[in-house]
This record gives sequence, C-alpha cells and structure tokens, in this order.
Amino acid sequence: MHQVSRWSAISTQTVLIAWSVIVIFPMLWMVYSSFKTDQELFFSPWAVPTELQWDNFERAWTKAHVGEYLLNTLIVVIPALLLTLIISAMAAYVLARFRFVGNRFLFYLFLSGMLFPVFLALVPLFSLVNQLKMLNTFQGLILVYVAYSLPFTIFFLTGFFKTLPTELEESAIIDGATPFQVFFKVMLPMASPGLISMGIFNFLGMWNQYVLPLVLISDESKYVLSQGLAFMLFKQFYENDWSALFAALTIIMIPSLIVYITFQRQIQSGITTGALKG
Amino acid sequence: MYRNKYRIIIPFLSPALILYGLFVLYPYAQAMYIAFTKWKGLRKSPRFVGLRNFEKLLEDDHFWSALTHNVIYLVVLPLVTLGFALFLAFMITQKVRFSNFYRITFFFPQMMSVVAIGILWSFVYHPTIGIFTSLLQALGIADPPVWLGDPATALGSIALVTVWQSAGFFMVIFMAGMLSIPKSLYEAAAIDGAGRRTTFFKVTLPLLWENMRSSLVFITVLAMDMFGITYTMTQGGPDRATDVLATLLYEHAFLHSRFGYATSIAMVYFIIVLILSLLIMQMTRRETIEF
Repeated sequence: MHQVSRWSAISTQTVLIAWSVIVIFPMLWMVYSSFKTDQELFFSPWAVPTELQWDNFERAWTKAHVGEYLLNTLIVVIPALLLTLIISAMAAYVLARFRFVGNRFLFYLFLSGMLFPVFLALVPLFSLVNQLKMLNTFQGLILVYVAYSLPFTIFFLTGFFKTLPTELEESAIIDGATPFQVFFKVMLPMASPGLISMGIFNFLGMWNQYVLPLVLISDESKYVLSQGLAFMLFKQFYENDWSALFAALTIIMIPSLIVYITFQRQIQSGITTGALKG
Repeated sequence: MYRNKYRIIIPFLSPALILYGLFVLYPYAQAMYIAFTKWKGLRKSPRFVGLRNFEKLLEDDHFWSALTHNVIYLVVLPLVTLGFALFLAFMITQKVRFSNFYRITFFFPQMMSVVAIGILWSFVYHPTIGIFTSLLQALGIADPPVWLGDPATALGSIALVTVWQSAGFFMVIFMAGMLSIPKSLYEAAAIDGAGRRTTFFKVTLPLLWENMRSSLVFITVLAMDMFGITYTMTQGGPDRATDVLATLLYEHAFLHSRFGYATSIAMVYFIIVLILSLLIMQMTRRETIEF
C-alpha cells in the first residue's frame, strides 16, 4: 500500500515537473536569446549568449518602435478601462437596485451582446467608425473597447450590486445625500472587490486585443502593442534583425510576468470568476 | 426610495445604452443585412443579392477547407486541452508538494497575448533558429518536418501551441470546482476502498458539471476563433493549410474589400457558435448538486 502511493507521488511529480519545463523553457529561451547576437541565434540556438547584447533592447525600443507601441497601448487601455468600469457600474447599480418598467428587458439586452462573436460585427463596425471619422484615432478605439466590454462587465456588476447590503445606502439617503453622492461615496467603495475583478479581466482583454486595432488602426504610428509586434514579424524586420525581435518580446513579457507574480491570486480569480459566470 | 427615481435611472443608464447601441447592437443588426448583399468597398453602397453569397460559399473550396480546420479544432482542442487540464487539476489538488508553484506556472501563458505567443512559437518551431528541430535531431530523428512550413504539420503545430497556452487556464477552472468538493466525500470513497482512478471518475468528475459546461463553451469559442494565433504564425498558410473561418473572412473583408461575402462567412461562424453553445447548455443540463 505504502509502496504504491510512494510510486504515484513520484510519477505525479515527474509529470508536473515535465509540464513546468515545457511551459517555462520556451519563455526562458526567448529571454536569454534576446541577449545574443544574430550570429549566435542562427548557429547555436540552444547556447547561452557569450556576451550580453544590451543594444538589442535599445534597437527594439527605438528602431522597432516598441516604446511607441507601448505608449499607444497605455493611451488607449487606461481611459478605456476607467470608462468601462464607471459606465458599467452606473448602469449595473440602476439595474440592480431600481424597479422600473423595462429593467429586465434592458438587462437581457445588454446580456445579448455576449452571444455574438466580434467577427460578425467587423465589417459594419469598420464602416461605422469610418463614418464617424474615427478610423485611425485613439478615441475611436477607446470607445469601441468600452462598448464591447460593457455586456459582460454590466452583467457581472449587476449580480455584484444585488448582493450588497442596503442599509448604508438607505441611511445615506435619509441623511440627505444626493443620488450621485450615494453612488460615488457609498456604493462604489462597497463594490470595489467586484470592480477590481472586472478591472483585471478587462485590462487583460484590452491589453492583448488584436483584431479590433488591426481593423480600426492602419496608421503605423498609432499601432498598439500586439499589432506592432505582429507588424514587426510581417515586415520581416527580423530578416536582418532577429535579435531585436527577441528583445521586443522580452520587453513585453517581463512586465506582465512581474505583475502576474505579484497579483496572481487576484488575476486568476478575476479571470476564472469571469469565465465561470459567463 | 427617491422622489423621482427616473432622474437617476436615465443619466446612469444612458452612457452605457448609447455606446452599446451604437457600437455593438447597431453593427450586429447591420451584419444580418450585409450578409445578403454585395458590397465592394467603403465608397460603394451594399446591394441586396438575396442568398447569392451563401450559394457561393457552398462552392467555395477555401470556405470548406477553413471550416474543416475549425471542425478539427472543435474536436481536438476540447479532448486534448480539457482532458489534460482535468488531469493536471486532479494531480495538483491531491496534496502534492509545490502545488502553488505549479498552479502559478501553468496559468501564466494565458496572461500573454496570443500575438506574443504566436511569435514566440514561430521561433521555437523555426527550422534554423528554433530549438524544437534541433531537439528532435538530438533525440535521433534525422529529418524532422518544417513544422509551420509543411501543410501536413502546420495545423497540428498551431493546435499544440493552443493547448500549451490554455491548459493552465482550464486547470484553474477545474481546480476551483475540485476544491469545493467536501473532503468527507473523498474520505467516504477511501473507506470504501476506491482507488485514485475510481475516485476521480465516480466522485470528482460528476461533481464538476458546472465547470465542465463553462469550459466547453469557452473552448468552443476558442476553437472557432483561432484568429490571432493563426494570423501571426502562418497567416492561414502554407497553401491554406491552416485557414480558419476568422482568417478567411478577415482576408475577404480587409484585403479584398469583399464586405458582403466576408459577412456571410461571419454569419456561418456565428450560427455555428450559437448552435454549439446551446447544445452544450442543453446536454450538460443536470441537477446541480448542492453540498
């Protein structure tokens, strides 16, 4: 009996270690390769660099515009995220706490947005944003990001507001607080766990978004990160400068790794509660 | 509660409604019409052609091959990814050492953008600078295929990357379910002399239906999409061997300005996702077990 369980513990560990290596090694390889010369990349793919080529990073940041793509991404994602959270929270608060004609209907109307794949909307969306003269603008992309994040965020936050106690809200109203004060000073702070979950969930979605910017932004100087990376690959920048592309990938990966390790519990629960409710 | 509640309801709801109506509902509604039109470029206007786009689809080899690839993903990805994720989740929840390390590690690829992952793996698979080919050569395989350059192996290579990226995500979803199963059930099973395998199939799996349902819906959506990973790794090539509906419709719409035709492909895509999701919901509909 003991012999068996010991064996199974060893075999379990073997499988788990093997998968860890398969998950970690490609990323580790990418990181140390980004310090190599192109020569080394081609002729000894497994070897570690003989000398650290820091200028790969400099070329990636400036010549390959990774710095610019990063800045563009932040310019789009930060306002889009804040707008998504505030607009969704306002709508969710009303849907969760007020009885009025059409409440259910509106809730399901927002919910229905989750039924459709974004690919179905691409052509009409492209034409609409063009009519609004917002192709190739950050504000166009921001509004589209917000709009497509609303259904799930409202759905999630409506459920969340419903679970909050009503006493604080009522006593604030009795004390003469205006509805806006009640919402911003009482309800939003109470809802912060839900807002954090949705913040993480939407941040990752927006940060990694690829197809929407691909369709709505065609001006190279406005590319966001995912789009810029793919563009670097396509224009075969690497044919003469592979090492810079490795460096670019490393630049992208390291911050997300640090953020992930710091907040991994919140991130995992943010993403999976998102998935399980949807 | 308030004297005039509509003075709150209207300003609080309208920003969401306006944005959602304009950028989400309106385009989806338009798409339902555009799929039945011929529309070649922004300067022109759509012309209604009835079912002509769909008739053309039936005879379009590119469409059938893209659809076939989606169907292959729809079969392979749930089996391999969810099977493997269940296996990992089961092992990690069995009081193993370093389980936290494994959980954190396995989930990480899910955080990265599919574009970054697509580029990373096209390096890994690359015949000269990649590590995969030389690894196989070191293991004694003299002439390994050019993974992404060979129509016979390209689709499988992309599927493998998707498994690599998403297994940890589904593992975490299953772990959430497994950890909520009361210990007493496992103890009872152990007293009855159930081994690990029996415990897994008779106790764990039946109690995971909720998580299984969400996972199936998620992986269906993933297998129908595959756009980012395909577009960065192969752009649907070589020789259309990795085309999926999403890359095909993107190509028609934004490289050839065939807006109507592209949208009819998107309609097929939408209908498949819708039917599959409804089927999954229907099939996995069981009494939820309360503890």
